[in-house]
Amino acid sequence: MAELIRLSAAVLAEKLAAGEVSAVEATQAHLDRIEEVDGAINAFLHVNTAEALLVAADVDKTRSTGDALHPLAGVPIAVKDLIVTKGQPTTAGSKILEGWHSPYDATVVSRLRAAKMPILGKTNLDEFAMGSSTEHSAYGPTRNPWDLDRVPGGSGGGSAAAVAAFEAPLALGTDTGGSIRQPGAVTGTVGVKPTYGGVSRYGAIAMASSLDQIGPVSRTVLDAALLHEIIGGHDPHDSTSLTDPVGALVEAARNGDVEGMKIGIIKELHGEGYQAGVEHRFNEALDLLRTAGAEIVEVSCPNFKYALGAYYLIMPSEASSNLAKYDGVRFGLRVVPDGAPTIERVMGATRAAGFGDEVKRRIILGTYALSAGYYDAYYGSAQKVRTLIQRDFDAAFGQADVLISPTTPTTAFKLGEKLDDPLAMYLNDVATIPANMAGIPGISIPGGLADGLPVGIQFLAPARQDARLYRAGAALESLLEGQWGGPLLAQAPEIVGVK
Amino acid sequence: MSVNTAEILSFDEAMEKYDPVLGFEVHVELNTRTKMFSSAPNAFGDTPNTNVTPVDLGLPGVLPVINRIAVESSIKIGLALGCKIAEKCYFARKNYFYPDTPKNFQTSQYEDPIAYDGSIDIELADGTVFTVEIERAHMEEDAGKLTHMGGATGRIQGAEFSLVDYNRAGVPLVEIVTKPIVGVGSRAPELAKAYVAAIREIVKNLGVSDARMERGNVRCDANVSLKPKGQEKFGTRTETKNVNSLRAVEHAVRYEIQRHAAVLDSGTAIIQETRHWHEDTRSTTSGRPKSDADDYRYFPEPDLVPVVTNEAWIEKLRSELPEPPAERRKRLQQDWGYSDAEFRDVVNAGVMTSIEDTIAAGIKPATARKWWMGEISRRAKVADVEPAELGVTPELIVELQGLIESGKINDKLSRDVLDGVLAGEGTPTEVVEKRGLAVVSDDGALLEAIDGALAAQPDVADKIRGGKVQAVGAIVGGVMKATRGQADAGRVRELILERLGVQG
Repeated sequence: MAELIRLSAAVLAEKLAAGEVSAVEATQAHLDRIEEVDGAINAFLHVNTAEALLVAADVDKTRSTGDALHPLAGVPIAVKDLIVTKGQPTTAGSKILEGWHSPYDATVVSRLRAAKMPILGKTNLDEFAMGSSTEHSAYGPTRNPWDLDRVPGGSGGGSAAAVAAFEAPLALGTDTGGSIRQPGAVTGTVGVKPTYGGVSRYGAIAMASSLDQIGPVSRTVLDAALLHEIIGGHDPHDSTSLTDPVGALVEAARNGDVEGMKIGIIKELHGEGYQAGVEHRFNEALDLLRTAGAEIVEVSCPNFKYALGAYYLIMPSEASSNLAKYDGVRFGLRVVPDGAPTIERVMGATRAAGFGDEVKRRIILGTYALSAGYYDAYYGSAQKVRTLIQRDFDAAFGQADVLISPTTPTTAFKLGEKLDDPLAMYLNDVATIPANMAGIPGISIPGGLADGLPVGIQFLAPARQDARLYRAGAALESLLEGQWGGPLLAQAPEIVGVK
Repeated sequence: MSVNTAEILSFDEAMEKYDPVLGFEVHVELNTRTKMFSSAPNAFGDTPNTNVTPVDLGLPGVLPVINRIAVESSIKIGLALGCKIAEKCYFARKNYFYPDTPKNFQTSQYEDPIAYDGSIDIELADGTVFTVEIERAHMEEDAGKLTHMGGATGRIQGAEFSLVDYNRAGVPLVEIVTKPIVGVGSRAPELAKAYVAAIREIVKNLGVSDARMERGNVRCDANVSLKPKGQEKFGTRTETKNVNSLRAVEHAVRYEIQRHAAVLDSGTAIIQETRHWHEDTRSTTSGRPKSDADDYRYFPEPDLVPVVTNEAWIEKLRSELPEPPAERRKRLQQDWGYSDAEFRDVVNAGVMTSIEDTIAAGIKPATARKWWMGEISRRAKVADVEPAELGVTPELIVELQGLIESGKINDKLSRDVLDGVLAGEGTPTEVVEKRGLAVVSDDGALLEAIDGALAAQPDVADKIRGGKVQAVGAIVGGVMKATRGQADAGRVRELILERLGVQG
């Protein structure tokens, strides 16, 4: 079944619809692959074997009776363990939620179930999505399928690695400052952060509510669009969810074309601080786009230099409040210290034992930034920067239809390399954070290799113009694959490692 | 309960030296069908932790959604208090760890309340009108309910464990905050009670709250400070929390004034703190220190979008407002022709609406008042319920009054009939029959009784014959006694005089 797991979701869906392959076969093939390689990768925190096969069998039965099915019915998917699922544990990568089962499904999960997509399991992440390497998971790091000594990015390293290692054709991620796009870039996969409000956040465990967004992880631009159309659209459970229809994303992805498109290079998001190999692939992509008829212009976003600083005030501030609920009172871990167990001591001991260092670091940062006397200087100023970044984007989109940059300054780094240097770790997200700050959509697609490791190219579009990402992304994908003679992941090494 | 009853000054002495400044925060629980931010039922008295959804428990991943009806109720309260309504307002998070608050933050409004800058005229018992300025009315969610077990006091200190019921968590609240109330002097306790009573009446009249204080639908935090007479600057205040009956509000304000005066007289400073009210000892004890620098790390709630109002919406809600209580009272008093004192008594007895309904059913205003302020109020007092809760309907009064006016029964008998009806013996007519209460209207039977009475008191009979008509009362009394009150006294009088050949 080696062939089956390498199919894109779109092709697999066609074969399922044509009856060439059954949903049970497709699901089983991926479960087998997980069994085979996940010991080395550690992409999955939970494998949902029985339920996934039940859903697959239901799809096959429905198809045999000739009843209508969603086009992606029977196509398996992995879900980042930050998104709640009934019937499976949800840990957020944290000890504080170990063993917790959600009594409800996230809206996106309900939509997957409605489409009858078998859920293969829950993928690893940095604890509460706080990190850029998946090393901050309480359940061990995920490894990059391209090089097992390297990180798969983060926080959604599990979803990206699962898709890159052919353990799943599709996955869901969440992106607060780049947690979908940055892992996509360093694993040679596609990752999309939709417009803020484009996909319901109901059931996504909150890190920073004003920045968090669920989005698709896949191996092709078309696959991402197919998934995006399923999960997108208004949800009455999320007040910040847009009421607009999700848009013709699949159509855009099927008609990739940049002819006449104005593409803006963001002056501040390449060059200094970016790895030479990354720059090289980026320039090569620009050349290809020019050849295909795109007009490449340069735009400047002068306030982006404040983006990282402002992000590291807003995100921890919101996180410090969002994570207050983990106190041992109603669910999850409860640690009762010796002596008189007052509520303060139980809460304190639970949080001390249940949260990892990076989570504690951000809670402390955020608590400080919101404190009386500091609020204006920190949170208040950061919100002003946010407005300036939005204005920069407004101006840039006055000159270009989409913007382009490398997704990350570097390729995947080694496990442990930046673990003790939070600031170096935070710099990984310098190119992805502005989109979250402005609420606009972004996509990362594979841009080739630098020293044998994947490089990501990012497109950004104005809010609610997600379709432009798919049109431009599909065009570049096709141009690049033309050069490579097939998908980039075909060049990935075989995964060999201990189980 | 062990209560450290501090030294207090007499109220009069306190008033000679100091001017009180008051301030109230009244929390009103709205009676919406569902909670402020979830679809869980907003209901009182159900099995603990049944009226909850994942949102109310603050489970991972949940998001709030604003209850539109709660916003409309809040706007109505704002309009009834003469407030301006914000064109755009936000929710904020008030962060603090406490187990009755499932998310460990309360979703509330901070810098932008839905309603602000209003005022309300409060009428005291003697008719004095005092204007209380309203600073703001804002929306927020209630917390769950903690029950501390195993301790002697029911408080958290000394408890072995605590139970928490999240049914109340997320119930919509409107917090109404006054500006500092100055210049009220010795009427402060009275004003406190009247103010809370007025808020309760307004929200009940609006239909936005059940307004039952015993259930915590209306809860008052009373702020009190004193300043020496003539001083401009306010003194340090204390906030007596959760004073939950009208009487308690009056007593708590009075007590705090007396306590502050004693502390200030002794030359020590008032500590800015919350105080607990103890109904049993009618005193307060120290709660927790409260400074203006309490750090709740407020920030705008990122999970909610702003509440945006518009003129058309507000005007629609304004058109739905019932007549304001004060205007209604003015209109009714005029219509009914009651004196100020009569009307105030009616209001204080809580029977204004009952009288209104009774008059609407066809009873004359004076008669309606006689019933409600007389027999019905008396029975309510005995039964320890509100007169309106006794089960007396306007239709019942109409029937009783009809029996009286047709001469079937007299006033005295009507009381027995009322008792019978309230005891469940049937309609007034049925009670009259069952209890044999009809007035004796057979002249033959009456004449027999009259002859008996005249024979028993021949001297009186002679006096009457001699022209002392006023002596007839003694004979009437004898007849009424003989007929066990079932005679029409007027008719008896006529017959006696006729019998004795005397002109009435």
